[in-house]
Amino acid sequence: MKSSLGAVSGVFLGLMLLAGILAAAPARADDAPQSCEVPAYLLESESALPKVADAVKSGHPLEILVLGSRSSTIANSEASAYPSRLQAVLREKLPAATVNVSVELQAKKTAGEVASGLVKLLEGKKPTLVIWQTGTVDAMRSVDPDDFHSAIEDGVAALQNTGADVILMNLQYSPRTETMTSAPPYLDNLRVVAQQHDVPLFDRFDIMRQWNDSGDFDLFNASHGPDLAKRVHDCLGRALATFVIEAAHIGPVQQN
Amino acid sequence: MTSVADQVAGPLLAGTADAIARDPASTPAVAAPATALATGSERELRLDLFRGLALWLIFIDHLPPNLLTWLTIRNYGFSDATEIFIFISGYTASFVYGRAMRDSGFVVATARIMRRVWQIYVAHVFLFTIFLAEISYVATSFDNPLYSEEMGIMDFLKQPDVTIVQALLLRFRPVNMDVLPLYIVLMFFLPLILWLMKWRPDVTLGLSVVLYALTWQYDLHLTAYPNGAWVFNPFAWQLLFVFGAWCAQGGAKRMSRILSSRITLGISLAYLFAAFCVTLTWYLPQLSHLMPRRLEQWMYPINKPDLDVLRFAHFLALAAVTVRFLPKDWPGLKSPWLRPLILCGQHSLEIFCLGVFLAFAGYFILAEVAGGAGLHFVISVAGIIIMSCAAWVFSWYKHVADKSASRKSTSGNADMAGGGL
Repeated sequence: MKSSLGAVSGVFLGLMLLAGILAAAPARADDAPQSCEVPAYLLESESALPKVADAVKSGHPLEILVLGSRSSTIANSEASAYPSRLQAVLREKLPAATVNVSVELQAKKTAGEVASGLVKLLEGKKPTLVIWQTGTVDAMRSVDPDDFHSAIEDGVAALQNTGADVILMNLQYSPRTETMTSAPPYLDNLRVVAQQHDVPLFDRFDIMRQWNDSGDFDLFNASHGPDLAKRVHDCLGRALATFVIEAAHIGPVQQN
Repeated sequence: MTSVADQVAGPLLAGTADAIARDPASTPAVAAPATALATGSERELRLDLFRGLALWLIFIDHLPPNLLTWLTIRNYGFSDATEIFIFISGYTASFVYGRAMRDSGFVVATARIMRRVWQIYVAHVFLFTIFLAEISYVATSFDNPLYSEEMGIMDFLKQPDVTIVQALLLRFRPVNMDVLPLYIVLMFFLPLILWLMKWRPDVTLGLSVVLYALTWQYDLHLTAYPNGAWVFNPFAWQLLFVFGAWCAQGGAKRMSRILSSRITLGISLAYLFAAFCVTLTWYLPQLSHLMPRRLEQWMYPINKPDLDVLRFAHFLALAAVTVRFLPKDWPGLKSPWLRPLILCGQHSLEIFCLGVFLAFAGYFILAEVAGGAGLHFVISVAGIIIMSCAAWVFSWYKHVADKSASRKSTSGNADMAGGGL
């Protein structure tokens, strides 16, 4: 036992040494101002948001409900989380419209559990747009992708029945846990349902991966305070606002 | 701990009289003529080569994505390294144990297969331990408010009594730990498969296809813990394994006519190209509007758990093209550059486990050093070098051990030693 442990740490030590020699002190741009541009194709959608467009055109209030989970928020700083940022940016971009964003957190619930409670959840609410962010819990619990698929279908149908437009939002890109959960089946199924039901999909996963790959954010590093989370959520809120405006085909006239 | 199914007639075998004859009808274990020996070992080198390749690719796939990830075949078509691994495992297992069944009878061969199953099971438990170490490390060292939700994967650590027992029952499998349970189940049924093959190989393959069809029709599956089903459904994936076994029992020889026809080649290349184009739209989403919607709706999702027909066909096309362009007597197979791959392929179980372990070690370094793409690349290459060196040491040891074994063995267990090679 001891000798094998020794061998193990030997391997580690060797690799660490190698790593130490070859790691050219990675440049970290923590304090630099954030540029979090998103490639245009990630903010385009073939599907539309007619209800949102109508509301903006006719001057009705735009009620947006974010149906999210733990990652729709930042502990102790709700105002910096992406739903609040979305509201701020939309109000800025659409000064003529009344924009209200509310959040319904469904922590630790799979898509199936959320979908079955939707009717009750939406009682008395009349959102113009529901942004359903889902998949993380299902991926962590390795829910059967087929079950996930039908849960999303049921949920989207239930949401559309209330007369709301729907946007689906997928998982966060989380490089550190990437080797421990398998996101692809859930990403694929969200994409498929979005396509089949003609619902725009906000590809949070790819957008965040883009930021990580281009060096805008270092999402792999463990030692970050709440600051990184705030900046990422700010960028997500902006991207989401652009996405909503583009998908609703709101022209520049209405924007300003 | 000789791994029986793993090595088939590597060059090291050339010294022993236990040559593996390609034709099942010919009698093995007789002092085979040198030519037959040579063709025998050359033929198997291709299998070792591709199994080695599959192992390297699986290792790279287990690391966090990096530059080398772009070299793995799953980026260029529907099938990936798993298909290669399962097919070749079926082929070699059927080859080695099929011979054992003819020579020593059903009971002895079954006993040897069960010993192998036990080895794979132990390897699986070993990998689960590594996973526990990895996840516990992440749980205690990672504190990023952005990912507080993702940290929920640690929840199972709160109930070790349930999860560890479920893991031992093969029902709780963390991500990336699904190949060995599949392999265990397939090997467990190998005696039955071989017994049927001895009777009628084609009927056995037919039965396998029927089971595959029934799986799709009636959604047969094994449940997993805490919910869901096995990531690789054994009811479906057995098709590849049995197909490999069938090829080893003379099926490949009978198919050679089809394999060498131009039509097969044309269809295969066309299909591979089409699959490549489709995969391209996954990685360059700018192109996805070029995909006809009708086709997308018919095709997606491509079902990996149940071995989608598209995946199986992709593997067949890949195999057909490979067999066509890589003849069994290709001199490159003897080149020292391919030696590491072949050696790795000859010790697949050990190297597979080592690969998973190294992937964890690499992840650990990346986490601690927070390196960029350069370090990622270095870790991938270092891992492959370590795997190759380990494979070389295993081969050397086996060579030495077999030499001493054959010196003092009686004729009875000489077969065991040779068969165990």
